Amino acid sequence: MSKIIATCAIRGAREIYRQAEEFLEKSIKEKGETCEVKFPDTAFYFPMAYALLGEEVKRLSDAKKVLLTAKALLHEDPSEKIWLPYLGDTLDSGVSALLCEEIIMALRYLYGQEPQKDCNGFFSDTILRTLGIQLVDGRIPGFAAILGAAPDNKTAVHIVRELQKRSIMTFVGSNVNGRSIIDQLLEEKVEMGWDTYIIPYGRDTLSAVYPLNWAIRGALTFGGHKKGEALKCLKYCQNRVFAFGMVLGKLDDIKYATGAGAINMGFPIIADTDIPEIKPSGICTYEHVVKELDHKKIVLRSIEVRGLKIKITEIPIPVAYSPAFEGERVRREQMFAQFGGKYSDAFEYVKMVPPDKIEDGRIEVIGPELDKIEDGGAMPLGIVVEVAGRKMQKDFEPILERQIHSFLNEAMGIFHMGQRDMCWVRVSKDARLKGFLLRHFGVILHAKFHDVFSAIVDKVQVTIYTNQVDVEMLVKEAQVSYKERDARVEKMTDESVDLFWTCTLCQSFAPNHLCIIKPERLGLCGAYNWLDAKASYELNPSGPNQPIKKGECLDPVKGEWKGVNEVVLQKSNRTLERFCGYSIIDAPETSCGCFECIIAILPETNGFMVVNREYSGMTPAGMTFSTLAGTIGGGQQTPGFMGVGRLYIVSRKFISSEGGLKRVVWMSKELKEALTDKLKKRCEEIGDPDLINKIADETIATTTEGLLPYLEKVGHPALTMESVM
Amino acid sequence: MAKPTGNPINDELLKIAAQNNISTIWDRFMEQEPHCGFGTLGVCCKICNLGPCRIDPFGEGAQKGACGADSDTISSRNLARNAAAGAACHSDHGRTMAKTLLDVGKGIIKDYSIKDPAKLKRLASEFCIKIEDKSDLKIAEELGEAILKEYGQQEGELTLTKRAPKKQQENWKKTNVNPRGIDIEVVQAFSRTHIGCDNEYKHVLEAAIRASLVDGWGGSMIATELSDILFGSPEPIRAEVNLGVLKEDEVNILLHGHEPLLSDIIVTASQDKELVELAKKYGAKGINLSGICCTAAEVLMRHGVPMAGNFLQQELAIITGAVEAMIVDIQCIMPSLSEVAKSFHTKLISTSPKAKFVGMEHIEFHEKDALAIAKKILRIAIENYKNRDRSKVNIPKEKMTLVAGFTMENVFYNLGGSFRPSYRPLNDAIISGRIRGVAGVVGCDNPKNESGLCHADMVKELIKNDVLVVQTGCSGSACAKAGLLTPEAAFRFAGDGLKEICETVGIPPVLHTGSCVDNTRILTACCEMVKEGGIGNSIDELPVAGAAPEWMSEKAIAIGWYFVASGIFVVLGTPLRVLGSKNVTNYICNEIEQLYGGKWAFESDPIKAAHLMIGHIDKKREALKLKPLIYAKV
Repeated sequence: MSKIIATCAIRGAREIYRQAEEFLEKSIKEKGETCEVKFPDTAFYFPMAYALLGEEVKRLSDAKKVLLTAKALLHEDPSEKIWLPYLGDTLDSGVSALLCEEIIMALRYLYGQEPQKDCNGFFSDTILRTLGIQLVDGRIPGFAAILGAAPDNKTAVHIVRELQKRSIMTFVGSNVNGRSIIDQLLEEKVEMGWDTYIIPYGRDTLSAVYPLNWAIRGALTFGGHKKGEALKCLKYCQNRVFAFGMVLGKLDDIKYATGAGAINMGFPIIADTDIPEIKPSGICTYEHVVKELDHKKIVLRSIEVRGLKIKITEIPIPVAYSPAFEGERVRREQMFAQFGGKYSDAFEYVKMVPPDKIEDGRIEVIGPELDKIEDGGAMPLGIVVEVAGRKMQKDFEPILERQIHSFLNEAMGIFHMGQRDMCWVRVSKDARLKGFLLRHFGVILHAKFHDVFSAIVDKVQVTIYTNQVDVEMLVKEAQVSYKERDARVEKMTDESVDLFWTCTLCQSFAPNHLCIIKPERLGLCGAYNWLDAKASYELNPSGPNQPIKKGECLDPVKGEWKGVNEVVLQKSNRTLERFCGYSIIDAPETSCGCFECIIAILPETNGFMVVNREYSGMTPAGMTFSTLAGTIGGGQQTPGFMGVGRLYIVSRKFISSEGGLKRVVWMSKELKEALTDKLKKRCEEIGDPDLINKIADETIATTTEGLLPYLEKVGHPALTMESVM
Repeated sequence: MAKPTGNPINDELLKIAAQNNISTIWDRFMEQEPHCGFGTLGVCCKICNLGPCRIDPFGEGAQKGACGADSDTISSRNLARNAAAGAACHSDHGRTMAKTLLDVGKGIIKDYSIKDPAKLKRLASEFCIKIEDKSDLKIAEELGEAILKEYGQQEGELTLTKRAPKKQQENWKKTNVNPRGIDIEVVQAFSRTHIGCDNEYKHVLEAAIRASLVDGWGGSMIATELSDILFGSPEPIRAEVNLGVLKEDEVNILLHGHEPLLSDIIVTASQDKELVELAKKYGAKGINLSGICCTAAEVLMRHGVPMAGNFLQQELAIITGAVEAMIVDIQCIMPSLSEVAKSFHTKLISTSPKAKFVGMEHIEFHEKDALAIAKKILRIAIENYKNRDRSKVNIPKEKMTLVAGFTMENVFYNLGGSFRPSYRPLNDAIISGRIRGVAGVVGCDNPKNESGLCHADMVKELIKNDVLVVQTGCSGSACAKAGLLTPEAAFRFAGDGLKEICETVGIPPVLHTGSCVDNTRILTACCEMVKEGGIGNSIDELPVAGAAPEWMSEKAIAIGWYFVASGIFVVLGTPLRVLGSKNVTNYICNEIEQLYGGKWAFESDPIKAAHLMIGHIDKKREALKLKPLIYAKV
C-alpha cells in the first residue's frame, strides 16, 4: 500500500538530507563558506534549486540555504495506526531528496569525485539545446531513467534495445547490491553515448538527480519559465517532458525518496519487483507507481503508464509505402487475389474495446494466408481492428474506419475501394512476389493508426479473417454497429446539440472565411461533418475545429445564434457580423473556394440552381461553375450565391429559410444522379415525391429561357412560392 | 425511564438519571409525543392574534386562517421565519468575529492575534483592500471594517458570493435572491412574513432563500474565515471522542456552544503553569478540556481537544458526575442543564451577553479581557474539583480516536504537497470512477431518530458505495464515535475505489471539516472542484449531495436552504414542516431544481436516504459522461 512507499520515501529523504548536511559541513570546514561550487557547463547553477526555489547557488554558503529549505520539507514517518495524511509529506520529502542529491553531486564535483568511471555525470546545457529540437519534433518520444540492475545481462540488453527501438532516450545507472546496469551493458559491449541514446549517469542512486535536474532545465530553457516558478516548471515537466523511471531489482529508501521527487515532476515509476502500487492519477498524468514483473512487457507498460506517443516511422512491409501509391489501380491481369466487390464477402470494422482486452501490435490471420492460395482467385476477407485508448470514444470508430481505405491504398500493389461491408481489395502479383501477406494489412493499420491518431489511440490489435464462415458471422456484428452509427448521425439535429464547430482550415488562403459545421450542415468542402470536426478537435485541441457554444437562438428559421455570431466576428477578423445558417439571402455563410457545389439564384424562376464542381458545361445562371466560383469565394457574403457540400442539399436544413429543396429548379445531371436515393427520400419527406423529376438538368435546359417553360409544364412548386427576392 | 437510544453509553447513563429522578431530553421528548400534527405539517399559524389558526390537512375543516391565509402561505411563512432565525444565528456569530478582528487590528483587543496572516491577506484582497506595505494589524482593521459594512449594507452584493461559480451567481440574480447585505435580508424575511404582507408562497420563499444565502455566503463563511485568521487554520490532527475522554483524576471542563472566541482562549489559559499547579494543589493530575456540540468541533480542529459528545449528550456529560464545570456561550444549550446539575457538583457558567440561563452563574465574556476572564473561569472550575463526589462518578470507558482538521485550503497540500498543491487528484479520482462523488453529511442529532445511529448508518452506506463523505458538527462526532473518521475505516468500510484514494493520500474516508458555520468549507471546496475542472462548470453539475439525517435546529434549515440554492441536492431525515401544503412541498422538492439545480428530499431511513444521494450523484455523473466506477461489481 501507499503508506509503505510513503514511509520509505520520507525516511529516505531524511537519510539523503543527513548525507548532504554532513558533506556540506565537511566541505565548509575544509574549504570555507565562500568556496565556489558549481556544475560544469550550465547557466542554471544548481538547476533544481534554481527552478524550484529561485536560488542561485554559487558558493557553499548558498548551498546551505538550499539545505535549510530541504530540511523544512522533511517529515516524520506516518504512524502505524491513526496516521495523518501522508501524500503531501511524501511529495515534499521527494523534493527535499532532489535538492539534497543535487548538493551532494555538486560537492562531489568540488572534490573531483564526479563524473564516475564510464559515466556522463552532470548533463550540460549544450546537450539540452542540441537535443531540444528532437524533443519538440517528436523524434525522441520520451526518456527512461533506469535505476538498478536487471536480473541478468541478457535482460538488461533486451530492455535497453526495446527502448532504443522506439527512440526513447535512456539514462542508466544506480545499482542493486553494488551491481549496476551500467556494468551489465558494458560487459555485453553495448555501445553507450548520446548517439546511441543510452547514457550512463552514475552507479549510485543519488546521481539519478542528473537526468532530473536536466529535465527541469527544459522548463527554463524551452518553457520560458522563470527561476522559482516551481509549480510551472514542474507542470511543464509533467506535460512536456515524457520521462519515466524504471527501477530494476530491489528498492531501498533512497530510491523511493528519489522516486517521490520524480513524481513531483510528473514522472511515474515502473518497477520489476513486487512493490505496492499507486494507481490513482493527479500528480502524474496517469498512474504514479506500478509494477510489471515480466521483463518482456516492462517497456510497453512504461510507455502506457507515461502516455508516450510512439511514432512508427517506417512500416515494416515488403512493398513500398507512400501516399504516392494511393491512386494506383491493380488491374485484373496484374492481380494476385481479390476480396469483396462482387467477387466475395468482405468487410472492415473498427471497434473500440477496453485496454485490457487487447495487446498492442498483435496481428493475427485466422484462415488461409496469401501464400496458401491459388493465383488469381477471390476469397472472403474480414478486417477487424480493435482499438483502445484513454481518450478513444465510440464516436471515433467510423472516423478511424474510414481511414482504412487510404491507409491500405498507400501500399504499393494494393488497391482498395469502398468501405464497411462494401469494400473491395486487390493485391497485385508484384506485391505477392515481394512477400506481401494479408498480415501486412495489420502491420500497416497498426502503424498508421498510431501515427495519425496518436492523440486518441493507445493500443491497436488487428485480426484478419479469411474463412467464409467467420466472415459471414462477424459481418453481422459489424452490420449492427454500422446501423447504430448511421442512426446516431441521422438522429442528430442542429437542435439536439449545444455545440457547433468552426472550421478555419482554409484560412491559409481565405483568411476571413470560416465554416460553421452543424449536424445538419457539413463543411462546404464535404470532407468534414459534425462528428469529424468533433474528432478533429479531440485530436488537435488547438486546431482549426473549435467548439462554438450556440448560445441564444436569435432566429430558428434562418438559423441564427448569438454564440455563432460572436465567433464569426472574431474568427473572420471582424469582417463579418452575422451568419444565418439556413439562409442564402440574409447573411449567408461564406465560401472559401473548395466548395463541392454552388447554389445560385435564378430570379426569373423564383428558385435556385445547384451545380457541382465536376460539371464543366454552361448553367442557366449564364455562367459555368468556374466563373461562378470566382465571384463567390474568398470569405465574402454574396446573398443569392453560396458554396456548399453535396450532402447539405439533402439536409432538412437546406436553405430552409427560403423554402428548402422546393426552391431547386435546376441541378447538374451528375449531381442529381449521385444523390438520387437521398433526394427521393427528401422529396417524400416534404410531401412532394415527384419533385425530383420536376428539377431540370442540362439535358433539359442551360438557359432560363429554356428552363421556364419546362418548370411551368411540370408545375414546379418554386413558381408559386413566395417571392424569393 | 426513557426508551433505549441505540447507544449503550447513553443508555447506561440514562439508567443513572432514572435512578436519581433526573429528567433528560429523551424523557421530555417522550412526554411531548405525539407531536402536534398541525405543527408538524406546518399548517399552524401563530403570527398574529387573529389566531392561532390552523388548516385542516384532511380538507374537511378550515382551509383558511382568519385572515384568509391558506396552507401555502402559512407553511411558507413559517419556513421563511425558521430560515431567517437560523441565518441570524450564524450571521451574529460572524459579526462577533468581525468585530473582534477589527478590535484586534485597532489594538483594543490584545489577547488575540493574527494566527494565519497569509489567509488574512488572501481574504483582504478579495475585499479589494490593498495589502502592500501594510502591517497585519492594519489589514485586520480594514478587513474588519469592510466586513462589518456588509452587515449594514443596503444595496449591492456580498463580496463572498463572488466566490461561487458564475452560474450560481447568475441563478441568484435571475431569481431575485442575490443578497444585498447581511442584516437587511434577515430583517426583511421577518417583515415580509408579518400578517397581511407577503402571501404568495414562492415569493415568500425567496425571502427564505435570500436570508439563507446570507448565512452560507455571508455570516457563516465570515465566521469560518475569520476564525482561521484569528485562531489558526486547521491542519489534520488526531483526537479522541466520546464521554470516555473525561478523566477520573483530572479537572474536567466542558466547553459547550458555538463561538470559538472563549473556547480558544480557554485552551491557551489551560496551559497556564499557575493554573496547572493549582489543579495539582487540589489533588488533580491536570486540567482536562473537552468539548460538546460545535464548540467541540472548533477546538478539536485547531487544538486536538477531545470531543466529549454531541448535542444529545450534554446532559449525560454532567450525569457522569466527573465534570467540574461546563462553560457555555450560545446556541443548542439546553435550558435543562441547571436542573440536571443540581444532582452533581458541576458548575454551569454562562458567558455570552446574548444568552443567560436560569440557575447558571453568569460571567460575562468580553474579548478585551479574554485571557483574564478565561483564567477566572478556569479557576472556579479547578476549585470545584474538591467537591467532586467520587461515589457519583460514572465515566464510561468508551472512546474512539479520530483524525479531523480538513479544510478547503489544506486539501491542496494534502493532495499535492508544497510544490504541486492541487485538487487534481480529487477530480481525477471522480473522473476515473474511483470516487463516485462527494457527500456532505452534517447537522444535529435528534431523539426523533430512534436508533440514534442514523449518521453512521448513512455514512457507512455512502462510503461503501465509494462516496467520499465530508462532515461538520454533531454529525461528525456521531460518525467519529463509530470509528469512521479513522484512516483505518477506509479498509473496513469503504468501497475499493474510495479505499484506493484514501490509501494513496492517507486520509479517512470521512473528513471532519469543523463546526456548523464550517459547512461553508464544503461550499468553497465545491468551488475549488469546479475550478479544477472536468467534473462540471458549476456546483449543480458536480456529482455531490448533502444530508442532515437528524436535523433539529433552525440553523439546519438555513444551511439546507443555502446548499439547495447553491445547486446541491439535500436530504433531510425528517421533513421540513411544510407537508401540509402540497404546493410548497412540490415547489421545494421538485420545481425548484429548475431554478437552482438543487432541491430538498425527505427520507427517514438512512440507508434509503443514502441511496437517494447516490442516485443523484449517478445522475450527475451520467450528465458529465464520466466513466463507470472503476471497481463496480456488475
